[in-house]
Amino acid sequence: MIGEKPKGIRAHLTLVYPALMLGIFFIVPFGLMAAVSFFHRQPGGFYIPGFELANYKNLYTVLFGRTLLFSLFVAGLSAAICVSIGFPFTFFITRMKRRAQVVWLVLLMSVLSLSEVIVGFAWSLLLSRTAGLSNLFVWFGLMERSVAWYPGFVALLFGICYLAFPYTVLVLYPPLSRLDPALPEAAQTLGASPMRTFFTVVVGSLRNAIVAAFVMVFVFTLGAYLLPQILGRPRHWTLSVLITDAAIYQTNMPLAAAMAIFFMFVSLVLVALTMIIGKGKKIKTV
Amino acid sequence: MIKKNIAMLIVIFACLAFLAVPVGVADDALKVGAYGGYFKDSFDKHIYPDFTKETGIQIESIAEPTGEAWLVQLEQAARAGQAPADVSMMSQTVMLRGQRTDLWTPYDLNQIPNHKHLLAQSINRYPDGRVSGIGAVGWYITLVSNTNVFKTAPTSWADMWAPDKKNSLGLLALASNSFLLEITAKTFFGGYDILNSQEGILKVMNKLAELKPNVKLWYRDEGQFQQALQSGEIPMGQYYHDVAGLAAADGHPVRSTFPKEGGVYDSGSWAVSKASKKLKEAYIFIDYMCRPEIQAKLSRKVGTAPTVRRDVSGLTDAEFASVSSEITPIIPRYDIYTGDLSDWVNQKWTEMVTK
Repeated sequence: MIGEKPKGIRAHLTLVYPALMLGIFFIVPFGLMAAVSFFHRQPGGFYIPGFELANYKNLYTVLFGRTLLFSLFVAGLSAAICVSIGFPFTFFITRMKRRAQVVWLVLLMSVLSLSEVIVGFAWSLLLSRTAGLSNLFVWFGLMERSVAWYPGFVALLFGICYLAFPYTVLVLYPPLSRLDPALPEAAQTLGASPMRTFFTVVVGSLRNAIVAAFVMVFVFTLGAYLLPQILGRPRHWTLSVLITDAAIYQTNMPLAAAMAIFFMFVSLVLVALTMIIGKGKKIKTV
Repeated sequence: MIKKNIAMLIVIFACLAFLAVPVGVADDALKVGAYGGYFKDSFDKHIYPDFTKETGIQIESIAEPTGEAWLVQLEQAARAGQAPADVSMMSQTVMLRGQRTDLWTPYDLNQIPNHKHLLAQSINRYPDGRVSGIGAVGWYITLVSNTNVFKTAPTSWADMWAPDKKNSLGLLALASNSFLLEITAKTFFGGYDILNSQEGILKVMNKLAELKPNVKLWYRDEGQFQQALQSGEIPMGQYYHDVAGLAAADGHPVRSTFPKEGGVYDSGSWAVSKASKKLKEAYIFIDYMCRPEIQAKLSRKVGTAPTVRRDVSGLTDAEFASVSSEITPIIPRYDIYTGDLSDWVNQKWTEMVTK
């Protein structure tokens, strides 16, 4: 059967349920949103069905451009940080004993049970002047007086990476644990230093997994909504914040829909580019 | 409110926009919406049981998210002929937005005899004079401060601009819920007339922009601010007088001050969605809520300002002072957030705040 395409209605029936769910919960809402992005906005009111490009034209502002670039930048940077820390981290986990691996993975999974709300407030408390970590440093005599380390860009990065890190590890864990130990061993037998082995053999043979993890974290963090509000300053608000403001607080559904569609389009293009670049390199090395 | 990735964001947004909020099995209960959390809890505890005991009408209490989000849900549901709540407490900005699409069922005032006790501004009307809403509760946005950090109470909104307040303010994030344009106009420009023109609004925004280095948090949800205010992390800002009063009563080092320019008076009105089929019960409920003794009970138990005239409310001077003030309040210019200029104001506001 392997490699054969399913034949007949009965073979296709198993696909009906997932296709139906995909249609109801993704394609239909998405299509409706795409439609609304062309509707006419009634100032101060709601919207009237129609077809016009005004909402997309209204995107052409410095504010939207800057927010879009910032959202992409912060997502890209968080993805880079998560993957560059997560990859060696996962590598060391996979070299541990089975039991230690389980403990580490369970610890990481437990972070996933925390919502963005809890993580955001927890970090704002940890970085605060009145109850934060700097008080601990003062107590140890490392600092003269406690300071607030939020709101700011670094605080925001901390929060986002903290949320995304467990996912990075979970994505990287399967390919890294499947990596044949003979490969790095062979490299070291041939005289490569452990560092060199790691960067050329381990990283090199898992480039696809790294690209996949990067894309996953990138897309995951693009939607950050609450953390920028709690840990960032207004100039760190992401496009999700702007979209919510338009949709909910200004009842400007058409503009919000246009922003969301454009945002998704740009992100998809970037993801596609990343994949293509990742693949191109793979071909070269073969 | 957690949107973890774009797909999720889109799905949530699209569902919100299009799938009318499903309504539970139709029964006899009147569905009443009030802001979730403290407001709804107080109504559940102090108001609804007595109402049901007296009238026999069951109440199904619905928790509203912010007024703006609730308006979107009501609006979408009404387009599908559904009413997630029969009667909803709506803020004034949202009342006006709903009026623009004829969302609210017009009232026959003869069915609400107790409306005679109300303050004149507690009756909302469509531009053509039909009644769209009846005042539910009033509340003030005042200048709050942490008593440990600031030993003496501030006296003016202008104190927020003082250089020693650097990085120490918490303010509401949106033009239409902070009313900072009105506050700035009253404090620095001698009144609200400057808000009549676009140039004037820009002038006021420029004055507000001077405030930005002093602002540590622009909050959308009051929960984001309260803890930081109590701990002194963000020791000053604008906040709701009633909630600040409760925090102070709980022993937190928080004080709420009516500045000499006045607190901002905002209010919630009872509005009935045009999709509701329970207008008769809604009249009985709204009339009950307009009784002076019920308004007084709300002031004592919830800390809101009454929507009925002071002379009928029966509140003592001390009780009245704890929920209101004799200083002329700042009245929001709702027209600039709901009229033709609204999109422009919001855009300029976001640019000003985020730049």
